[in-house]
Amino acid sequence: MAPSAPSITSNMSARAITPRPSSYRHKSEKRGMTYNIMLVGQSGLGRRTFLNTLCEREVIPATEAPNPDTANVADPMRFDTYEVNLEEDGTRISLSVIDAAGFGDGLDNTSCFKQLQDYIEAQFDEVLVEESRIKRNRKYRDHRLHVLIYFIPPTGHSLRELDIELIRRLGEYVNIIPVIGRADSLTVDELQTFKHSVMRDIDYYKLPVYNFCWDESDTEALKDNREVMDFIPFSVVTCDEVLGNDYDLVRVRRYPWGTIEIDDDSQCDFVLLRYILLNSHIADLINYTEDVLYENYRTKKLEVGGFGEGEGDDEDGEGDDDEPSTSARKQE
Amino acid sequence: EGQDYVGFDTITQQMERKFLKRGFNLNVILVGESGMGKSTLVNSIFTTHLVDSQGRRTAQEVIRKTTEISPVTQTLEENGVRVRLTIIDTPGFGDQCNNEGCWVPVIKYIKDQHAAYLARELKPFRDRIINDTRVHACLYFLNPGSRGLRPLDVEVLKRLTEVTNVIPVIAKSDSMTSDERTLFKRRVKEEMAFHRITTYPYANADDDDDEDRMLNNSIRDLIPFAVVGSEETIDVDGTQVRGRRHGWGVINIFDETHCDFVHLRNFMLRTHLSDLIEVTAQRHYEQFRTSQLRQIKELRDQQAAGAAAAGVPPGAVATQPPVAPLPHQPVAQV
Repeated sequence: MAPSAPSITSNMSARAITPRPSSYRHKSEKRGMTYNIMLVGQSGLGRRTFLNTLCEREVIPATEAPNPDTANVADPMRFDTYEVNLEEDGTRISLSVIDAAGFGDGLDNTSCFKQLQDYIEAQFDEVLVEESRIKRNRKYRDHRLHVLIYFIPPTGHSLRELDIELIRRLGEYVNIIPVIGRADSLTVDELQTFKHSVMRDIDYYKLPVYNFCWDESDTEALKDNREVMDFIPFSVVTCDEVLGNDYDLVRVRRYPWGTIEIDDDSQCDFVLLRYILLNSHIADLINYTEDVLYENYRTKKLEVGGFGEGEGDDEDGEGDDDEPSTSARKQE
Repeated sequence: EGQDYVGFDTITQQMERKFLKRGFNLNVILVGESGMGKSTLVNSIFTTHLVDSQGRRTAQEVIRKTTEISPVTQTLEENGVRVRLTIIDTPGFGDQCNNEGCWVPVIKYIKDQHAAYLARELKPFRDRIINDTRVHACLYFLNPGSRGLRPLDVEVLKRLTEVTNVIPVIAKSDSMTSDERTLFKRRVKEEMAFHRITTYPYANADDDDDEDRMLNNSIRDLIPFAVVGSEETIDVDGTQVRGRRHGWGVINIFDETHCDFVHLRNFMLRTHLSDLIEVTAQRHYEQFRTSQLRQIKELRDQQAAGAAAAGVPPGAVATQPPVAPLPHQPVAQV
């Protein structure tokens, strides 16, 4: 359905990709493709502005000043969900973005991983239940996470314990794409060095980040996908201001020493990442989630026999052909 | 002039000669997560490569599980004045998933230096000049971002400000626009006021004259210092600029419109250097000393009371060691 991965080496220069003043519709009669993205990262790395820049409008308003007395209280993690309808190259997308606020912001962050895992599993469980109903809900919306964007701080060194643990623990439940937040604090050289260090850590610790080349049968896209993986982690800088008139909008961040153009792919990977997320790889990400991640989860869950809340009246549920349907679905 | 001139005004030159001969110690501790730009900033301030970054650079290096204390001493000289500069880095601080207590080694180190000084001061035969290892300044590194202080910052700053002069800085401030900086600084100041965190310079009602007060106020307005560090020089149209080259412009760390580097450097070294050292001795060390000696006195009183209750004659108490061990025990000095 979505177009296959384009040749990444094609001219994706700043001028070739004209920022679209508006590429969304508020209400559409037909719901678009269901697509769920989660943003995870410590506060201050640009998660919220990333979402606004991605959707080309202010989805999350700028937060007002928190009260001074909240500074020493780590927020318990919140899962703030934002629904946006987008249209990309003729494809309607019903996007749901979950901002996992509070991750890594406290003194002791070890409980964050479990909270995230629980959230992801809850979405899987919902689908498990839904799949096995006799009377399915026609309006049911799938909330399974198709991709988790993980924001790494631009330290310039290597991954931290928090980063390694997050990817390690959640990689089997969701497609994780690591990005470098606030990447404009790194020079070109520092960015290259940092990307190499991160990739070395990913290899060394065998961290399960999303493998763009998972579908080896798609030989056409394989070369392009390998090239895409060279960009990991994607450097992200997010838009502060939009300059210009209606037709020639330029999204920028202004500093006393210069102005960075967000859409210039020589300055950051934002445009590439957006294209991957909303155009070229949206189908891949969804398919991998449904065909592999969810199926693995489902198999594990049913083997353990922990499934079976609620709908006990399903005699012939859907599912794997090789699994005896009734015995597998019985309650514990 | 002539017969009415006494000449005691030459004491400043006499002191200067002594000072030049002796040199002085300056001890600065750097507290912040790895990757915040601590080493680069210190190397920039002193325009020498004093310390290496202790960040993890290769995949094989083990991830630190605790905060290490890593002091490096070097002697610098400028126009005949020698400084024995010790930079104490704290690799591992704030780097774990669970950062509870990561400040403990840092506070302990600072207190240990006070304790070591006190122990030498209390010796019956003490050195004429005690080598001063007390921490004169702590550069505390804040993470740039929309929020102000994080829970870790609040916990650590509360404790640090009780034992040393704390100067908060944002080291990698080149990812903040001017507006973001202003907002961040304001929030940090509000939160510090709310949590009663007092950083250096302190408001000294008595001794400051108007000029000092104005200077201190302008320093306090700038806090936290939004700085950018660099050990590289870049050629910009023929001029050599110490800074960072991005694809969209060159940051000149000495340009006051780019960052507060010059203000921080001047503040620490050109206007408040001797004050930092003096305040460490007069305020932080004195506080520590008072509380230690008070504890010793209470201990002795308890022992005397205990001995009296047990019927031991008062004179026998003299068998106690003349100087009770200090409640805060320093680690054995190397």
